[in-house]
Amino acid sequence: MTPRESETMSIFSPALAARFDALVEKYPVKRSALIPMMLYAQDEIGYLSDAVIAEIADRLGLTELDVRNVASYYSMLRFKPAGRFNIQVCTNISCMLRGAYDLFDRFQEELGVGHKGITPDGVFSLEEVECIGACCWAPAIQVNYDFHDELAADSVPGILQQYRERAAANGGR
Amino acid sequence: MADVTFTVDGKKLTAPAGTLLIEACRKAGIEIPAFCYYPGLSLQAACRMCVVRQEKVPKLQTACTTTVAEGQVFVTESPEIAQARKATLQLLLGNHPLDCPVCDAGGECELQDMTFKYGAGESLYAEAKQHRDEQQWSPAVFFDRPRCILCYRCVRMCGEGMDVWALGVQNRGVSSVIAPNGEDHLDCEECGMCIDVCPVGALTSGSYRYKTRPWEMNHVSTICTHCGDGCKVTLGVRQSHEGTDLVRGDNRDKSGINGDFLCAKGRFGFDFVNSEERLARPLVRNASGRLEPTTWENALRVAAAKLKEVRDSRGGDSIAVLGSNRTTNEENYLLQKLARTVLRTNNIDHVRTADYATFARSLAGQEHKAASLRDAGNAPAILLVGGNPTEEHPLLAWQLRSNVRLNKARLYVVNHRTIKLERQAKAVQGVPPNGYRDLTALLDRNEGDLAKAVMAEESLLLIFGQEYRGEQMEALVSWGLKRGNVRFAYLGDHSNSRGAADMGVLPDLLPGYVSVNAPGAFAEEYAGMPAAPGKTAPEFLEMAQSGQLGALVVVGENPAQRLGWAPDALRKTFLVVQDLFLTETALQADVVFPAASLYEKTGTITNTFGDVQLAKKAADRPGVRPDFEILVRLADAMGADVKALVPFGKRGMRADFGQSRGAQSGEADRHAVWLASHGLEPKLSPFDPLAVLDEIERLVPAYKLDRLNLFAGNDVPTEPAFVPVSALTQPRADLVNPAHDGLFTSGTLGRYSAYLREIEEHQAHQLAETAAD
Amino acid sequence: MPRLVSHPDEVKIVTRRFGQGAANIEKYLELGGYEAAKKCLTQGPDWIINEMKASNLRGRGGAGFPTGLKWSFVPKQSAKPKYVLVNGDESEPGTCKDHLIFLHDPHAVIEGTIIAGLAIGAKMGFIYLRGEYRYLLEIMEKAVADAYSKGFLGKGIFGSDTEFEVVTQTGAGAYEVGEESALMESLEGKRGVPRIKPPFPAVVGLYGGPTVINNAETIATVPHVIAMGGAAYAAVGSERNGGTRLFGLSGHVERPGVYELPMGYNLKKMIYEVGGGVRGGRKLKAVVPGGSSTPVLLPEEIENLGMDFDQVGKAGSMLGSGGVVVIDDQTCIVEFALRTISFYQHESCGWCIPCREGTDWLKKSLTRFHAGFGEAKDIDNIRYLAENMMGRTFCPLGDAAAMPTLGFVKKFRKEFEDHLNGKPCPFAKHVELAVV
Repeated sequence: MTPRESETMSIFSPALAARFDALVEKYPVKRSALIPMMLYAQDEIGYLSDAVIAEIADRLGLTELDVRNVASYYSMLRFKPAGRFNIQVCTNISCMLRGAYDLFDRFQEELGVGHKGITPDGVFSLEEVECIGACCWAPAIQVNYDFHDELAADSVPGILQQYRERAAANGGR
Repeated sequence: MADVTFTVDGKKLTAPAGTLLIEACRKAGIEIPAFCYYPGLSLQAACRMCVVRQEKVPKLQTACTTTVAEGQVFVTESPEIAQARKATLQLLLGNHPLDCPVCDAGGECELQDMTFKYGAGESLYAEAKQHRDEQQWSPAVFFDRPRCILCYRCVRMCGEGMDVWALGVQNRGVSSVIAPNGEDHLDCEECGMCIDVCPVGALTSGSYRYKTRPWEMNHVSTICTHCGDGCKVTLGVRQSHEGTDLVRGDNRDKSGINGDFLCAKGRFGFDFVNSEERLARPLVRNASGRLEPTTWENALRVAAAKLKEVRDSRGGDSIAVLGSNRTTNEENYLLQKLARTVLRTNNIDHVRTADYATFARSLAGQEHKAASLRDAGNAPAILLVGGNPTEEHPLLAWQLRSNVRLNKARLYVVNHRTIKLERQAKAVQGVPPNGYRDLTALLDRNEGDLAKAVMAEESLLLIFGQEYRGEQMEALVSWGLKRGNVRFAYLGDHSNSRGAADMGVLPDLLPGYVSVNAPGAFAEEYAGMPAAPGKTAPEFLEMAQSGQLGALVVVGENPAQRLGWAPDALRKTFLVVQDLFLTETALQADVVFPAASLYEKTGTITNTFGDVQLAKKAADRPGVRPDFEILVRLADAMGADVKALVPFGKRGMRADFGQSRGAQSGEADRHAVWLASHGLEPKLSPFDPLAVLDEIERLVPAYKLDRLNLFAGNDVPTEPAFVPVSALTQPRADLVNPAHDGLFTSGTLGRYSAYLREIEEHQAHQLAETAAD
Repeated sequence: MPRLVSHPDEVKIVTRRFGQGAANIEKYLELGGYEAAKKCLTQGPDWIINEMKASNLRGRGGAGFPTGLKWSFVPKQSAKPKYVLVNGDESEPGTCKDHLIFLHDPHAVIEGTIIAGLAIGAKMGFIYLRGEYRYLLEIMEKAVADAYSKGFLGKGIFGSDTEFEVVTQTGAGAYEVGEESALMESLEGKRGVPRIKPPFPAVVGLYGGPTVINNAETIATVPHVIAMGGAAYAAVGSERNGGTRLFGLSGHVERPGVYELPMGYNLKKMIYEVGGGVRGGRKLKAVVPGGSSTPVLLPEEIENLGMDFDQVGKAGSMLGSGGVVVIDDQTCIVEFALRTISFYQHESCGWCIPCREGTDWLKKSLTRFHAGFGEAKDIDNIRYLAENMMGRTFCPLGDAAAMPTLGFVKKFRKEFEDHLNGKPCPFAKHVELAVV
């Protein structure tokens, strides 16, 4: 096991690097930090780039293959960038019964992209997802981690506007 | 665990409690089908083919995870079970390409066999199969994804078995895929074990793919010609217009000392046999000083006449003989006997890769102290001092890893560098490169974790590398003998280095390490043998340079390369070379005989642990002859009494000198193992090495072999303790010259394996890539 | 913010602090919080397990295993540390009850975890939330931090010499991780593939130590069981089914939402009275009683159906996670079946052949069938596929895909036949589903 080349050479922000340093100490086994680390790294970098995988593997003493094996299992983790705001439309049964497909169609129409598409300006990406645990408030979506529930196709322009403004105001997150 | 009795398909079976049902059944001859189950690897219960019905249990159970207990009742074949298996096969076949006619695995495919048994004849689906292009992951490994049934054998074999961890599973559900560690390529030891365990044709071998159909080959299990471990390798041999082609090396027959294992050299490094550079005709240097092809009769006549002339005019001690680390025991024995009794010289030596003479001397009179390679797989505690088994003795490394993993054996590593086996070690002790001398003192002082743990062990398998020679080895062995309950093993290179030493291809020692000075029975057996010890290999060079060496016979060795002999050093010496290739040494020869490789002849070889195995002839190569035959013919041409050299034709039987030579004559391919195992088969031909094996058994006490086992293809241990103590002399430790071949190199032989070269280049490229990152 | 609903028939035990700001530790304490944990600290493990057994509380994840019994399987002595693992990987379509618990009553989860730890002698508990629940994870993290600062967690909890640590953990999108052994794998940083059983988690679980794994709702119920007494809790429910259940009413119902009703509550009443009936006054076509893996029930099957594990089981379905999905008569059952199987195809971990390949072939067949390219034999093929997955897979996910499929094909065969011969789906606009 080679020690990490340099503590200062992290590709993550100092805050996230510090969070990871603490995270690996939390568990009886260091490796338990792997999934949270990948998700948090993705939140910051946008996706699991080769460099992210290399650093996480290094921090946990795993092979990059091992990290990829695990990462590719989980549907929230991605190896390619998404839009700044990733719109995830649940179309599973409870949402479907209450118009999720109309909602998804409307998003496609408004954004001009389909499933897993990214708008040319990079502000939005669209994804049809499985149940997000908001069945009683269907149809529901998540924009990044924010829930929006009890929607109708007509709610789409308002939601997009809200995020467009956020994108314009602070350049993103 | 205590034995329990349970019922399977109405039969009462007994097995230790906790045995896996699938294993208990297999031992009782009841085969339960399985894709994912593989003995010795972790359990998966993923393929669901091994489902059985257990009484009082609502669901079908997987036999690979069910452990047997008293009174259980199982049914392993019933309409319900057959239906479950059939349904699973139908699911697999839904997307599995039916390209069996061109698939490498066709005819050897477990999916085919199970479909044949359980039937899944008609397709339930209208959807098109999903095609993905085949990928090349390395020179050795190709991956055809649609054929993969995700049994995870390859992943586990690579990780758990090889400790390489180069394969993984990525994505999930129906997108799950086996993935290599380099994303689109493999960065690994190229052992090919993943290909071996693949039940279908998903992983195929770069050296074999699309070459032939399995049923067009004969499968011959013989012994690998490369390193000193002596793995059994199954060679796939196909008839061709000029004899036979070796098309495949693998480990189909798992009965060998190596069990499941085979490394890159054993699996892929057989292709030197088919090399275009193989010598096919004898060569004789003509008047203008060039080597030109000639007939066997002429070459033998030229060589014999000159050797005879030198012997008769200048005396036997002006002739020297350099033997091989790869020829068989019978050939080595014959070579030294020929040197001593026909050429009348003790100037016989080989390039010693290890100090086996001291090893034998250290253990003289100490019975049951020498370890077999099998012991490495089941000894409870192993102390490995020096050496680097992962690179130089891949089977030993496999045995040690498996023993640690499966039997919780304790491995202790002492080395002057970092070796990979430390990952399996319970304790590691570093020493300076020349610090091995102090090890026994350190152990006795109980100093450090390793010493404490080792000293607390009840028994020990002590394996040491070529770092140990001479007095240092004697000190280590005597420490172990004093400590008690220690068995020893010594690591040397090449497939029959141990045999060369055991058979007396040495100037001062006769077969069985009997001193030339006190030859005992050999005095009578070897009529005409000189009384004084001969010269050593480095001294041959000195003799040649000073004009004292009239003739030199080199069998299967390349001193110009291996010992750095200058090209013109042998200018004044008549040089006879027997080899597969026109090596740097052969280029200088006056006569060159094209020799058969180990895969083209029969005989026994002895691995570095002293385990004797029978190498079986797999292939025929036009124009070449086994070294054994060449030596007999040479002796005959010199006018020697061949019957004194090779005790053939006993009980009054006579034979010709090769007029009837066909594919089989002169070889030990006897149909009656029983006769052979009892030494009763008629040795009709002077070219029958088994005739010499009889003599070896008679004259070398260490080689009292269990012939039935030997001829059944098993490894048979020797007993070095049977070296006559009275005959001990001080061996020459300074002459040891290890080869240190790695995973992809194998001396001169390895250079003629195009495939090993390709793998080596691939590895170098990977290494450069990694370094550049 | 998910809407809270209420109905007079509700018996508010687990939900009694909902909507009152109990995520704030002070508020939680004011509402009687952490008293149960303190009581357990003095009463000891045997007492706790007896109370749990008396409560007839059965696992709320779906299998309905008696909680007290499960806890009693953990060996008293263990060379390896023991753990409590809270399963908040709520992912079964139709289920969103834990969502509300984490949002409104995070300390109940912590308190329940402490009590489980005291019962089995564990010093550490993990609360695992599905990755999508990031905002709930942050609420849980805050609650855990507050509990530490109050001394309710850590080296000497509530001033005792007992140690108990709680660690929160996020998933990253995988339904299969809701299976208890896959959850342990995920928490150990691996692919969410289930483990071979035996050994069961109570003996060899997380990090090889004895482990109790409970659903978040089960754990959040524990403090209430302790507070009111096991027997009193049991009395609320039906026979062998103690207490209340958080039923999630969703789909074509007038007033969807999470309702806390006593075990054994009539399903028809739940839909028509609690839920306000089928939306828009339409007719009820079918109802999925306990999350998408439970076989569908017809209107005539729910007349007298009490919603507890045993009664729904007897009716040929399962109570499951308590997610009741109401389907009206304008819904295409083939599309509903397809959407259901698409989910399981997407979520199959891929480990075993029958589930990995079976869910995929079911999805492919249903996709083609729904698009109007089905043949008569496909109906039987779909049934054959599902029947041959049942009970043959490594873990229950295969059953979860096969069971509802069998239900749809058996109960709505006519509607499947109506899709044959190139006829377009009479209901659906969506032929192709995007999730792959």
